[in-house]
Amino acid sequence: MSELPEGLHALPEGLHAATARPAEAAQDDVLVSAEGVVKYFPIKQGIVFKKEVARVHAVDGVDLRVRRGETLGIVGESGSGKSTLARCITGLHPVTSGRILFEGTDITKLSKSGLKAFRRDVQMIFQDPYGSLNPRRRVGSIIGDPFAIHNIADGADRKKRVQELMELVGLNPEHYNRFPAEFSGGQRQRIGVARALALKPKLIVCDEPVSALDVSIQAQVINLLKDLQDELGLTYIFIAHDLSVVRYVSDRVGVMYLGRIGESAAAEELYERPRHPYSAALLSAASIADPDEAERAERIVLIGDVPSPIDPPSGCRFHPRCPKAQERCVAEEPALVVRDGDAADHLTACHFPVEPGEVLAHEHAGISQVSTEPELPEVEQ
Amino acid sequence: MSLLEVTDLRVSFRTADGVVRAVRGVSFSVDAGRTLGIVGESGSGKSVSTQTLMGLTPGAQVSGEAWFDGQDLLAMPERQMRRVRGAQIGMIFQDPLSSLHPLYKVGWQIEEMIKAHEPDMSKEQARKRAVEMLGLVGIPQPDRRVDDYPHQFSGGMRQRAMIAMALALNPKLIIADEPTTALDATVQMQILDLMRRLQGEFDTALIMITHDLGVIADMADDVLVMYGGQAVEHAGRRDLYYRPHHPYTVGLLESVPSAAAGRGARLKAIAGQPPSLINLPSGCVFHPRCEYVMERCRVDEPPLDEVGGEPLSPGAAHRSACWLPHRITGLDEQAAQARRRASDEGRSVGGDER
Repeated sequence: MSELPEGLHALPEGLHAATARPAEAAQDDVLVSAEGVVKYFPIKQGIVFKKEVARVHAVDGVDLRVRRGETLGIVGESGSGKSTLARCITGLHPVTSGRILFEGTDITKLSKSGLKAFRRDVQMIFQDPYGSLNPRRRVGSIIGDPFAIHNIADGADRKKRVQELMELVGLNPEHYNRFPAEFSGGQRQRIGVARALALKPKLIVCDEPVSALDVSIQAQVINLLKDLQDELGLTYIFIAHDLSVVRYVSDRVGVMYLGRIGESAAAEELYERPRHPYSAALLSAASIADPDEAERAERIVLIGDVPSPIDPPSGCRFHPRCPKAQERCVAEEPALVVRDGDAADHLTACHFPVEPGEVLAHEHAGISQVSTEPELPEVEQ
Repeated sequence: MSLLEVTDLRVSFRTADGVVRAVRGVSFSVDAGRTLGIVGESGSGKSVSTQTLMGLTPGAQVSGEAWFDGQDLLAMPERQMRRVRGAQIGMIFQDPLSSLHPLYKVGWQIEEMIKAHEPDMSKEQARKRAVEMLGLVGIPQPDRRVDDYPHQFSGGMRQRAMIAMALALNPKLIIADEPTTALDATVQMQILDLMRRLQGEFDTALIMITHDLGVIADMADDVLVMYGGQAVEHAGRRDLYYRPHHPYTVGLLESVPSAAAGRGARLKAIAGQPPSLINLPSGCVFHPRCEYVMERCRVDEPPLDEVGGEPLSPGAAHRSACWLPHRITGLDEQAAQARRRASDEGRSVGGDER
């Protein structure tokens, strides 16, 4: 396919000029906030009378605020609950308890029609550009779906709007009648972005939007997302497991572990001065594409695996793997608050936060130490 | 002579759409105790080349030579290959869940592999060896976990079990194909750490295939960059990261978001899409995406020639398959300008002197 659009060169003029971020103008203009959000998934047994035998504590008491025009990055390992949290915020999962406020309205209490209106303002971009597009439908009708659902434009008007969207994300509008299979991975992700933009949403939740793409294509899509944010004043919640990508796109970053936020702060601040031992370990594990720096880097190798979210550990959830854990961590759950000497938006949930310059115990999960560990907390059943 | 020496490996597949030329003339070598990193994007041929060495690409048309320990892997009959595969060359795959059989106990699968290659070994001895291997790779309580099924292991533990299996017969060479791609960051670090120690302990040669430049920076001694079925650059690790010559390597390194680049800056993406392996572009395979393309690039295929210059660290000679002058290396603005000037000249003259 030689007539492929050259990525961002197809974007309209003016998209490249970075405009002032609205977030800088109004520091406390909160677009969406979560208050004590809890999401459990029941595990049921039995055939006729299904009995709940256990619960997966996917999200277990999360508070967060996203300001208008900013990007909140969420990092965490698989099973930390970051995708579930994203789905709760978009209203795809009903929450077990807690409130989600979008422009002051609690969306967990919305009626069906209220939810439909809310969904015009909030859209999602998914990880898998192969699984999230119907292979039997033409690209034009996929991108036009939001218009159809909300009865906004039809006929020639819809087609015109869809083609404008295709142009905006760097696709050739003439490919309106093609099927998803005729596009490459990076282009499919652009289709997903165009569909998300159709209704001019205020918030876009990106769940691993570039993880399935090759490095050179990944950079194209990240640039596209940033340009669109500057142009349209979008707010993003950006979930990814690639720590360097999150650092690059986010204004603020929250670190999740077993359904809770362990630490949140401005991106630079968090990556340079993590206070929670888990953030410190996680961030030290980020791969560095520079041999000398990789050699210099202080890596904190954690022991064992993430415990099961069915029966999370008592007190601080990280205590079984924490190099700084003490008795208090087993008994008492730490609150997510500002610690001494930190900026006002740097919150840490830890009784014994890492001090600047402190070197965490350099334990190796390699050969002998782990074997002598008495019992590993995980083992999924 | 190196432990493994691959010369001019070519692999193609006949498909309904035409002949897919997956690997086109790739050469590399690995010594005991050293790590060769192979980087490339999907469809670059990085996995196919190593799978072909192991005889795992049935139906492919293969040419070239691959001398391993005095024998040519590509000319070997299947029966002989079976004795090499697993015993002398171990393999670790990306997805440990699909490479372990879900209905057999982990220990049984390791024992089976040991017994297949050492028929004289008793059941008890093989089991003892399996427990020992699981302990070696850091599985807690190996004597108990040996009787677990794969689903009872976490992702990181499964990958440890795969490593245990790959190492069980003390192979001379291990081929790891995206060994940590399916794992979380902290687990990835545990596994890389483990592989490095075990390599040091047993002096194994390692081929590490990945798309992650961070993993390569951490692990490899020498690096081979593949694009469109060819090696476009081959260098010692530090040369590749600090003195890259090929515009594709430069583009790859610049596409990775780094702390130094900062938030405001745009990432430098490589425009366009990877080539189709059925309809390959003429001349240099990268020329349709290259910002420094010259007339010559569209016609002549550049050879993988030595770049020269003082290497930054001992390792493979620095080679690059690009018509740009060999003196221009590096990632900085100065190098970019020199490349631009050279390509402007190349465009106007229709050829260039190196």
